[in-house]
Amino acid sequence: MANTVVKTILDVIRVWAENLARHWGIPPVFVSILAWIAAFVFVIVLVLLMVLLAVYLERKVSGYIQSRLGPMRVGPIGLFQTPMDALKILTKEDIVPRDADKIMHTIGPVFFFVVAVAGYVVIPWDRGAIAARVVDLNIGVLLVMALSSLGLLGIMVGGWGSNNKWSLLGAMRAVAQMISYEVALLLAIVCVVMQAGSLSLAAITADQGGSLLQWNILRWWMWPALLLYVIASAAESKRIPFDIPEAESELVSGYHTEYSGMKFGFFFLGEYAHLFVIALIGTILFLGGWQSPLPGSIADFVPGFIWLMAKALAIIIITMWVRWTLPRLRVDQLMQFAWKGLVPLGFVAILVTGLAVALGLGGGGI
Amino acid sequence: MSETTVAGLTTEEMIVNVGPQHPSTHGVLRFVVTLDGERVNECVSHIGYLHSSLEKIAETLRYEQYITNTDRFDYLNGLGNELCYVQAVEKLLGIEPPLRTRFIRTVMAELKRISSHLVYLGCYGNDIGAVTIFLHAFRERELLMDIFEAVTGGRLLYNYLRIGGLRNDLPTGFGDQVHRFLDHFPRRLTEMTDLLTENRIFIGRTRGVGMLTAEQALSYGVTGPSLRGCGVPYDLRKLRPYAAYDQVEFDIPTFPEGDCLSRHLVRMEEMRQSLRIVRQLLDKMPDGEIQAEVPRRLRPEAGEVYERVESPRGELGCYLVSDGSDKPYRMHWRGPSFYNLQVLPEMVRGGLVADFIATLGSLDPVAPDIDR
Repeated sequence: MANTVVKTILDVIRVWAENLARHWGIPPVFVSILAWIAAFVFVIVLVLLMVLLAVYLERKVSGYIQSRLGPMRVGPIGLFQTPMDALKILTKEDIVPRDADKIMHTIGPVFFFVVAVAGYVVIPWDRGAIAARVVDLNIGVLLVMALSSLGLLGIMVGGWGSNNKWSLLGAMRAVAQMISYEVALLLAIVCVVMQAGSLSLAAITADQGGSLLQWNILRWWMWPALLLYVIASAAESKRIPFDIPEAESELVSGYHTEYSGMKFGFFFLGEYAHLFVIALIGTILFLGGWQSPLPGSIADFVPGFIWLMAKALAIIIITMWVRWTLPRLRVDQLMQFAWKGLVPLGFVAILVTGLAVALGLGGGGI
Repeated sequence: MSETTVAGLTTEEMIVNVGPQHPSTHGVLRFVVTLDGERVNECVSHIGYLHSSLEKIAETLRYEQYITNTDRFDYLNGLGNELCYVQAVEKLLGIEPPLRTRFIRTVMAELKRISSHLVYLGCYGNDIGAVTIFLHAFRERELLMDIFEAVTGGRLLYNYLRIGGLRNDLPTGFGDQVHRFLDHFPRRLTEMTDLLTENRIFIGRTRGVGMLTAEQALSYGVTGPSLRGCGVPYDLRKLRPYAAYDQVEFDIPTFPEGDCLSRHLVRMEEMRQSLRIVRQLLDKMPDGEIQAEVPRRLRPEAGEVYERVESPRGELGCYLVSDGSDKPYRMHWRGPSFYNLQVLPEMVRGGLVADFIATLGSLDPVAPDIDR
């Protein structure tokens, strides 16, 4: 089995590293600390790679939709365009407006990025201990959502600290939007939690194990929650039709109008990191996480984290398709949609799921 | 700065500059907008950033030399501006251009109208947040650009019309090229309608937004699709047919609501009507001379003339005063963008910031057309 092969390789590396540490006389405490650091480095590298991939995909998908080619010049089919842009942005001058609050102006993007990346630590990438996740929290899904709301603080601080009226308007819009849609998003997640009977992402994945039919997307009583999650997560990632905080044609660039260089880069990368986290959570909640569609068949040879990423990428491509097709909502329409449309739908979803669980259709139950 | 109190909280109005550098001002335009939160309380437009003295320049140029300047103010309607100017001078001189010339001028003006409306469509999509329509509209516009290039040699600035005639006759294969476009374009137009006009979000963003009543529009001198979007069937091509518009059948689309959506629908329908006009003109295109007898030195008798045509944005007028010399004594242009923009503060008051952008885009102003 490919999974076991990957796991064995990782185990061999771990054992080798532990032996090496013992040989050098490093106390076991430090070994575990080093293992933690290695895990975090792994996560950050992974996130950055994923972000670069997502940005590249965005350019290619939008090019396809708009009957253009997208990046083609740097590297084969433009593959190195995004890494080159990331390098370029590091060389750019960092401009802070004279009247901006310099500390806040700096904290905003960094905070936003850190919080967006932190969400990755609880993602179960694969079965097994090491490849699974950096930390196993029994409230994983709660942590991800809490971190995702915290990112808002970075936007608010950055937008307000810029001392620009457009930035302020953008930040205010972001706060209003995120607070409204987080309610809907959490209601969707509550349904999944009721179904799985656990807040742990690993347990939610396990609840969907066995066969393709066990995935939440194919359980009819989860469909209201699925619809809710799809819409609310699009709003959460601030993409068209919900890109009101940026709204290029209205607010110039919204909360990051006054940012340049790597500070802008942090906002930009953080946004894609956040997008990816949302897609990963969507995969875990509804698409069976790392599990292959046909367990026990030849599909098992593909390692779990490949399945997880493939599913998440599929979700991301769909959000890109939506983004490049639809116009933008207006701020009042957005709020109306959230509170009058999605929140009631959330209660319906909870009711449906609750009934299904009570009738014994669902798994865990609370 | 006035202060308003909402539920015991004192809030201040915020004054923001929209432009001169802003993604949605379609050129260099500036508005000082007073906001109460997201709501627009007051909007003052500041123009003059693109003033280019085109009227004053006319006093230093001979009549036939000025044609090239007309392409430059409303750059989306170059051939239409040339038509207006050339007709004004012809009226002053009492010259009647040959029938074939009139036909060709009309075909080019109508193709230019489609191309201008395509730019509007793309930019308006961008204003509303639908980015893709921009590239789709510009892809179709490229076919028109190829036609203009084949006929005039230029893509943006043509210098094609002459007083009493044209610079050159149509190239061989022109009919086929235009027919290919006429056959291909309606399908694309339907596709673009599906993509943008029939989108629920788009309708939600434009219906009932930027309301303009017919009385307001008439009292401010609003013309063109913006006026026809208030239900007033005012179109110079029909009311006072010039060039070859008396030879063709077409309708004037009007929508009575006076909101952004009806202005948008007028333009979408006008593209279809323009296709109709071009098709008829191509079928009836007469042979013959393209240049009337014109004296070598143009010295109109002292007097004045006002000539107007229907540009894609509304009534484009050219006022010429002659003192008997070979240069105009005074020239004035009535630019539709200038008159249409005057009514903007009335339309956006009380709306949201997003409505302001949607309304501005729906007036389809071209910045150099506002001040010259």
